[in-house]
Amino acid sequence: MNAVELDRATIELGARAVLADASFAIRPGEFIGVLGPNGAGKTTLMRAILGLLPPTQGALRVFGETPHRGNPQIGYLPQVRTVLPDLRVRGLDFIGSSLNGERWGLPRLKRADHRMIDDTLALVGARDLANRPLSAMSGGERQRLLLAQALIGSPKLLLLDEPLISLDARHQEVAIDVVRKVCRDRGITVMFSAHELNQLLGTLDRVLYLGNGRAVLGTVDEVITAPVLSRLYGTDIQVLRADGHIFVMSRGRDVEGSAHQHEHNHEDHEHHHH
Amino acid sequence: MFQYDFIDNAFAAAGIVAVVSGIVGYFLVMRGQTFAGHALSHIGFAGATGAGLIGLAPIWGLVGFTLAAGIAMGVLSERISNRDVAIGVVLALALGFGLLFLHYYTSFATQATALLFGNVLAVDRGMIATLAVLAVIALVALAAIMRPLIFASLQPELAEAKGVPLRFVSTAFLAVVALAVSECAQIVGVLLVFTLMVGPPAAAQRLTTGLWSGLIVAALLALAEAWLGITAAYYTDWPVSFCIACLSALGYFAALGAPGWQGRLPADRANKTT
Repeated sequence: MNAVELDRATIELGARAVLADASFAIRPGEFIGVLGPNGAGKTTLMRAILGLLPPTQGALRVFGETPHRGNPQIGYLPQVRTVLPDLRVRGLDFIGSSLNGERWGLPRLKRADHRMIDDTLALVGARDLANRPLSAMSGGERQRLLLAQALIGSPKLLLLDEPLISLDARHQEVAIDVVRKVCRDRGITVMFSAHELNQLLGTLDRVLYLGNGRAVLGTVDEVITAPVLSRLYGTDIQVLRADGHIFVMSRGRDVEGSAHQHEHNHEDHEHHHH
Repeated sequence: MFQYDFIDNAFAAAGIVAVVSGIVGYFLVMRGQTFAGHALSHIGFAGATGAGLIGLAPIWGLVGFTLAAGIAMGVLSERISNRDVAIGVVLALALGFGLLFLHYYTSFATQATALLFGNVLAVDRGMIATLAVLAVIALVALAAIMRPLIFASLQPELAEAKGVPLRFVSTAFLAVVALAVSECAQIVGVLLVFTLMVGPPAAAQRLTTGLWSGLIVAALLALAEAWLGITAAYYTDWPVSFCIACLSALGYFAALGAPGWQGRLPADRANKTT
């Protein structure tokens, strides 16, 4: 049984088809890098998998089932993270709020819940965050807290929506490493959306590239090619490979992120992919 | 000073209202919705003066208008960035209407000051009973939605994915806030509801990061400030609301400078991120 399967599915956001007649299948345990230009539908696809946005045509199945809200098999790290700057809630209560958070009544953390939170925090090396307020955490620490939360309850599928955003290069590497290690160990399927392909090159099994209402799933060599990407971007794309890195260019300009970001990350990658 | 009935009544009424204000205000601060609370109280002013026009007690005008406005705000407000502007416009309009109602019901004008700045020393037994009933309704409703409310406040995207009905929860919460604001306006007036609904909870969040401890500290601080305010007013002959406003500000700024908060943070941060 596939972890996620689209069968000629059309997913619309408003009147726009974010994905039109798309078919692909993600196998259990795969680490999928989800890429594509801004607005290509990375977040929308995840929301559809979560059951927040049913396909208007075709079928979408998650572990063989129609997606439904509150699916305990899915861990989710959303992209728009509205953490109030002045939030003085400690990490334990922050994660605790998500445990059965959809039930009515008073919140209550049982001893078993405390243990579960503690174990999960330990898993991502963030045990010390339990008693610190969110307002005192750095971006990297918050990210680890959110990752721990996504892992709680032993999900079989992890949807990570741009988890690297707002992290510096070093913390990005750490975040990728943690996800890779935990998910390989536990056979968790990962959909990891990102702006930048190169950071994920050593980690991902396959790439899901979205663009122009289409989705192409395959190995890096199959997908990151000039003809495939030209189709997805709807413009002439060149793919340059140099020194173990892949650059996706349109009319001589890098299409992924800013030039500055690239330079910044470049040095870091030398140590990891060679 | 307890030989006077009006002092007894003031203590009872202020006690009930302070506890409700502290607890409801805690969530108002957590959600970053203090401005909405402020707006509700101003809308309540129009309700109270309007009630005078048609021969009703001001409290019912307050409750009716704030409830209607709270529910409307909950139903209408998407997570749009200019929500503050919309609220501000409605707030000003409501104050304008309050003035219009006063204009047509001139004998009511003497009560305008009491509405704007509160008059806890004029509370009678009947009002205490009314306040108690409204307090129980507000707290029971809050207890019923508390768990999903916290989840939705801290992590709206994830809460939605887990099946929390975000709009219903936020609307129900604003209805609870409307009740608390109506109560609070009886004690400190519509212009000073922040003194009990924002000052104590904000101070509590500085002093403790736990959820339950935060709620308890917020309620106790509000209670202490209200009672001390009445006591101070009794001995100095200053207005009660002024004394409570001073204590509220004092409590908040004292909590900001409390030891263990400013001293610990930078060191913690340095240790954890390396």
